[in-house]
Amino acid sequence: MTDPVVDQPLALEMRRITKRYPGVVANDSIDLDLRQGEIHALLGENGAGKTTLMNVLYGLARPDEGEIRIGGQAVTIAGPSDAIARGITMVHQHFMLVPVLSVAENVVLGDETMRGPILLDRREADRRIAALAARFGFDIDPDARVGTLSVGQQQRVEILKALYRESRVLVLDEPTAVLTPQETEEIFALLRRLAAEGGHSIIFISHKLYEVLEIADRITVLRRGRVVGSRSPEQTSEEDLAALMVGRDVQLTVDRGESHPAGPALVVEGLRVHDDRGQETVRGVDLEVRAGEILGIAGVAGNGQDELVEAIVGLRQASAGSVQLAGRSVTAAGARVHNEAGVGYVPADRHRFGLILGFPIEDNVVLTSYYRAPFARGILRQDGAIAAAASEAIARYDVRTPSPTVTAATLSGGNQQKVVVAREFDRDLVLLVLDQPTRGLDVGSIEFIHKQIIAKRNAGTAVLLVSAELDEVLEMSDRIAVMYRGELVATRDGRTADKNEIGLLMATGRHTEPQAVPS
Amino acid sequence: MTAAPSARPRLGLAVRAWALLAVPTVAIVLSLLVGAVIIFVFSVIVAREAFDPALPLKAYGALFNGSLGSFDGLVETAVQAAPLLLAGLGVAVGFRAGLFNIGAQGQFLLGALGAVWIGASLADASPVVVIPLALLVSVLVGAAWAGIAGYLKATSGAHEVVTTIMLNYVALALLSWLVAGPLRLTNSPQPVTAGVGNAALPILIGRDGHIGILIALAAVPLVWFLLHRTTIGFEIRSVGANADAARYAGMRPRFVILLTMALAGGLAGLAGGTTLLGLSQQMPAGYSTTVGFDAITVALLGRSNPWGVLPASILFGAMRAGAGSMQIQAGVPADLVYIIQAIILLFLIVDVLLRKLPGLRGARTGLVTSAAVVHVAGGESG
Amino acid sequence: MDGLINGLYGIPVAGLAFQFGGYVLALLPILAQTTEAVAIPLALAAMCGVLCERSGVVNIGIEGIMLVGAFVGWIVAAGWALQFGTGDPLPLFGITPALVIGVVAALLAGMLLALLHAWLAISVRVDQIISGVILNILALGATGYLNTLIASHSPPGAGAFQALALPSQITSLPLVGWIIGALFGQGPIGILTLVIVVLFQVLLFRSRWGLRTRAAGEHPKAAETVGIDVIRLRYRNVIASGALAALGGAYLSMEQTNSFQADMSAGRGFIGLAAMIVGRWTPIGAYGAAILFAMGTALGQAISIGPPNGQLGDLLTLLPSQFFDALPYVVTIVILAGVVGRSIPPAADGRPYEREATT
Repeated sequence: MTDPVVDQPLALEMRRITKRYPGVVANDSIDLDLRQGEIHALLGENGAGKTTLMNVLYGLARPDEGEIRIGGQAVTIAGPSDAIARGITMVHQHFMLVPVLSVAENVVLGDETMRGPILLDRREADRRIAALAARFGFDIDPDARVGTLSVGQQQRVEILKALYRESRVLVLDEPTAVLTPQETEEIFALLRRLAAEGGHSIIFISHKLYEVLEIADRITVLRRGRVVGSRSPEQTSEEDLAALMVGRDVQLTVDRGESHPAGPALVVEGLRVHDDRGQETVRGVDLEVRAGEILGIAGVAGNGQDELVEAIVGLRQASAGSVQLAGRSVTAAGARVHNEAGVGYVPADRHRFGLILGFPIEDNVVLTSYYRAPFARGILRQDGAIAAAASEAIARYDVRTPSPTVTAATLSGGNQQKVVVAREFDRDLVLLVLDQPTRGLDVGSIEFIHKQIIAKRNAGTAVLLVSAELDEVLEMSDRIAVMYRGELVATRDGRTADKNEIGLLMATGRHTEPQAVPS
Repeated sequence: MTAAPSARPRLGLAVRAWALLAVPTVAIVLSLLVGAVIIFVFSVIVAREAFDPALPLKAYGALFNGSLGSFDGLVETAVQAAPLLLAGLGVAVGFRAGLFNIGAQGQFLLGALGAVWIGASLADASPVVVIPLALLVSVLVGAAWAGIAGYLKATSGAHEVVTTIMLNYVALALLSWLVAGPLRLTNSPQPVTAGVGNAALPILIGRDGHIGILIALAAVPLVWFLLHRTTIGFEIRSVGANADAARYAGMRPRFVILLTMALAGGLAGLAGGTTLLGLSQQMPAGYSTTVGFDAITVALLGRSNPWGVLPASILFGAMRAGAGSMQIQAGVPADLVYIIQAIILLFLIVDVLLRKLPGLRGARTGLVTSAAVVHVAGGESG
Repeated sequence: MDGLINGLYGIPVAGLAFQFGGYVLALLPILAQTTEAVAIPLALAAMCGVLCERSGVVNIGIEGIMLVGAFVGWIVAAGWALQFGTGDPLPLFGITPALVIGVVAALLAGMLLALLHAWLAISVRVDQIISGVILNILALGATGYLNTLIASHSPPGAGAFQALALPSQITSLPLVGWIIGALFGQGPIGILTLVIVVLFQVLLFRSRWGLRTRAAGEHPKAAETVGIDVIRLRYRNVIASGALAALGGAYLSMEQTNSFQADMSAGRGFIGLAAMIVGRWTPIGAYGAAILFAMGTALGQAISIGPPNGQLGDLLTLLPSQFFDALPYVVTIVILAGVVGRSIPPAADGRPYEREATT
């Protein structure tokens, strides 16, 4: 697109922003300029520092160094209301909308249009909202309850909040993360109009390369808290951006060796699963994992992996399809049946499904087998056997703790995960399911767990590894599948998989670059 | 949470005991002080008596004498503590599963009625037969009564706080009707049941010290054993601590809820049975008891741990035993005991503030009641 | 017509239903009035609950606040009357300075107790149910203690508020006469309750305060991100709710009767909670549920005083009086169990809100 933006005045400047947290520099001397009427994309992987930078902008975090200038004036932003008052509005990735309230109520909340001192002026609010929507070309019913709206429409309500307050700067955090392609196009059209006709300035945070190239006037790439590049779309390509995002650092890799897969241990056919809100997040998945191989499922979190995994281990009922373990159907069975059939599960949320934090380590070690020999005889628990198993697990899996009787809550994250691993790994397994197994862990624990997984595979277990960390999937998997919007969109051999291609598949569901958009 | 295990010095037994007991002890001391202030303030303002600086001392002195300061007092303390202990154990078991059983009063009353009914019906049978039978019935009736609330919670998610309290009032009405009607002792001017005859619990010590005291004491290790050494107890505690992980472990939270409520009700029912068979030997239609709230206080004070509930019930048993003397000798109404109860609880749950007091920094605190609302069937009920 | 009615009454089994209908119709004015009177404290307790839970705070201590309201109102009014005399009661509602001062004192006491709960629930962030239980124990103990202390002096009460005596031209209007008689033939607190219910309903759904309250109870984080101080809002609402519950207590000791008994609230606080749930956390709904619960008690009273004639009457006199005592509580349980599965409380109800610390 032709670009008068370069000559516009600066709406916002962030200079040398530095923010440190214990053990990590989240933002390291970051510079960001936003011109009036510009759509500026902020690109980076999880943990690159995008969220922290926006928290600083929105007043949710105080920078250790650096300054923010609005319209040339240096300002200190004290908090969200202050940011809003200065014309900056954030559209959060997880919508800050109250589902039971109407569109109008959500939009005016905090800045209500009044009739007299007490009562709301709904009619005026409705009128203004309708006018704003019409001006920028979309339809919205001010009286509709937000909870009934589609995600795309909710997105627009969030943007309406900003417009209603006459914000000049809009920050959109991963706005297309949950949108369908169609809704994405609609949002883009809206954003272009906001920038061009309304003179609004937009910061667009994303990790979706194709979209960023399509919508942004300029792109700033963050990696590990630093700006590693600033480009305009004509100057770059998806490969270039991907390389900037991911970097060329040498990663610690585990040599996973050859796999010798045998017969299928897990067969999933046509699986459909709904999440807690009733949305279908697994939309007809077929997959197969053979004994002695690791199938890695790559994908951005929230594309249905959690529900898929919960259905496979018996924690969630599938609405259609089947799950077979070593030839036996376990589709409708509960967790204990799966467990006894030889399924091990390392959950993504270890505090929810994996451990009982208030209980001692030894109870957590026997959590799934507490009811049978040798840990119980009838209803009597055999403390001796439990203690012995716990000591052995602690030694074998190198859990750092003074004793097996301290509560699991006292352990570090890495050691907590090791307890879960000790429990799930330490038996003959037909299938091992791991969901984000090394999220939030230190390097040492990560390496350890990876080695254990490979050992399990070599012993003949089928391993299903779900992870949002592309590097982990590439390193560990014999075969790689990509999950995108509830479906497995591709499968590749782990030895020959191309990182950029997988990254593209994770972000877009497509593996080839589309034709260049004519300018 | 980062662990620095190797840096922690080995704690001596005394230090560890201090850590466990510090906060409850301080809470009790502080509440007695507040009680003293209340005594002052209200005796002067409301009762219009002359300011007597020694009044709290007189009151607490009478309280002590009536409870722990004399042989009769000690026996009376044991007698008062026994039902508190049993009912408190019941409430504590509920807490471990994340359930708030406020219905101990109703479970107590109906359990007692059940025992009295058996006793009165079989008044001439051999004590060896009728006493265990009567007590068993009290357990079953109490369990069934609490089981109603447990069933409703497990199936419809109806919050047990409201349902158990409603059931208390229904129990009162039921008691009144049954004693005035089918179970009434013929020709008695006031509605009251027949005497229990041979089902009366034998007296062990003093004037009133019946074997219900022993039963209550025996319950403590039994309940502890159930909770900590059996798989059932493990399931109860797990559901209360983390219902999701419990589901993954293959447990059935709904069933555990039902079972736990029944258990809690059975203990409260037993409390009623032992009290009526031991003390009164017949039951009037208007029998009243405050065991419901007392049991909650005792369970919370004892941190939902059977071995903690024991000293807590002795403390409150002492207070109730001495409250009568306090009222008679010092003119301080017995309800002061409630106020002290509430203040102890207040201090306990505000342990965050208490911990700022010097000397308590290392004390392990926190009221153990497990998750407040158990996630069953998806919804959290208000 | 009479022949038809008798014929209907005579049908076996189904005839009982007709007899019952006829009985209720005949007694409608007095039945409605009694129902409303019984419902008033339940409704006020429910309003307290709605206000708290809509803001995101669970309040089990409504019962305790009611009890304290009942006691403080009565004792302050009695004390005032003792000191300064009652003076001449106004012809309207029988208002005297003593009674008014009593009500004000009750409201203040209720707000104080609610402040305690608010502090524990919002700032200290303890388990809100335990906090409520403590409130109840404290109330029971404090009122019992003080009641015993002064019992020896047995002060006469300060009188009670009188109900509005509506002219019979209004009450005998066809169709609406009995409703007007029921709703407005009450004392000042009773009529005030109606005003409160309507006002609360309007404010909750059409005012800025109501919008912010509902947001705080559903999604406090969203409210904070648009600049609303959720903590302060919750404090204010919980304290105000204490006044509502205390008003319900004052009604018991100063309008319905002229006395105070130990445990006077008798579970009404909890029935109010149930009414709140059945009424789906709306003021009008909770009021309707309170009427529903009150009907059982009112019917029971009517039947014990003047049972219907004929078959139905014979049947009903077989029922013990305790049946009607237990009825409101049984009805509560049944409705609660049937309804609650489909009732959704405010999303953030009972979860302490921790403000995002500006790091």
